[in-house]
Amino acid sequence: MKWFLVALVVVPGTIGDVLNSAGMKHQGELSDWSPQGLWRFLVQVSKNWYILVGIPAMALSFFALLALLSSTTLAFAVPATASSYILETAMAQYLLKEKVDWHRWSGSVLVAIGITLLAV
Amino acid sequence: MRNHLVLKTIVVSFVVMATNVFGNYALKLGLSSGAGAVLGWAPMPYLRALAQPWVIAGVLLMLGWFISRLMLLSWADLSYVLPVTAFSYVLSALLGATLLREKVASLHWAGIFLITLGTGFTIFTRPGTTPSGDMAK
Repeated sequence: MKWFLVALVVVPGTIGDVLNSAGMKHQGELSDWSPQGLWRFLVQVSKNWYILVGIPAMALSFFALLALLSSTTLAFAVPATASSYILETAMAQYLLKEKVDWHRWSGSVLVAIGITLLAV
Repeated sequence: MRNHLVLKTIVVSFVVMATNVFGNYALKLGLSSGAGAVLGWAPMPYLRALAQPWVIAGVLLMLGWFISRLMLLSWADLSYVLPVTAFSYVLSALLGATLLREKVASLHWAGIFLITLGTGFTIFTRPGTTPSGDMAK
């Protein structure tokens, strides 16, 4: 059961993040920081299908994390789900076509290990 | 232009991290002070918890976190945003150590060091490496 919950945290969380990132790449850079510009940004986000599908995926991941934390220890839950950093970086490289050089790979791996150590 | 991009990225990253740290802190306070056990599959305890002031504050802060993160993702790559905003783990640990007088174990200091190093490796790369904006006006 606990590995099912880990999968339910990592997979929808990764899908949600990738969809949100794809949605924002599709929408374009926020450049107008006036109140009207920020409002237009929010209206565009609310009509962006990538984001609208990404939000339930992230919500599912969040509630699965709460359920995982209630049924296991922090020392298990956090390292198990920290792997999503590496999975998401791979998705960013292969699905979103980002240029992920060794700096970014090192960054993701070091962060995942660091988060694991914080939970021990 | 380059300086403007760096400044904008640093400021919004900081907002993402601050709303995340304080949002989690407010949720933790709210859920541990009267909301009771909400962890499970039944929806009612979650809805009851949403009436707690600290939980409301936490949810609003997490909404701010989500929107500021979308703003950041509008020009920065996901592979950039993830390690850079992971620095919020370091901020949480340092806030706990300084404000709440929580003891930080040596393994935790190692974790803080590795996350800082990971953020440092990424923060000096170009935030965006893909074309964007086919929907932009």
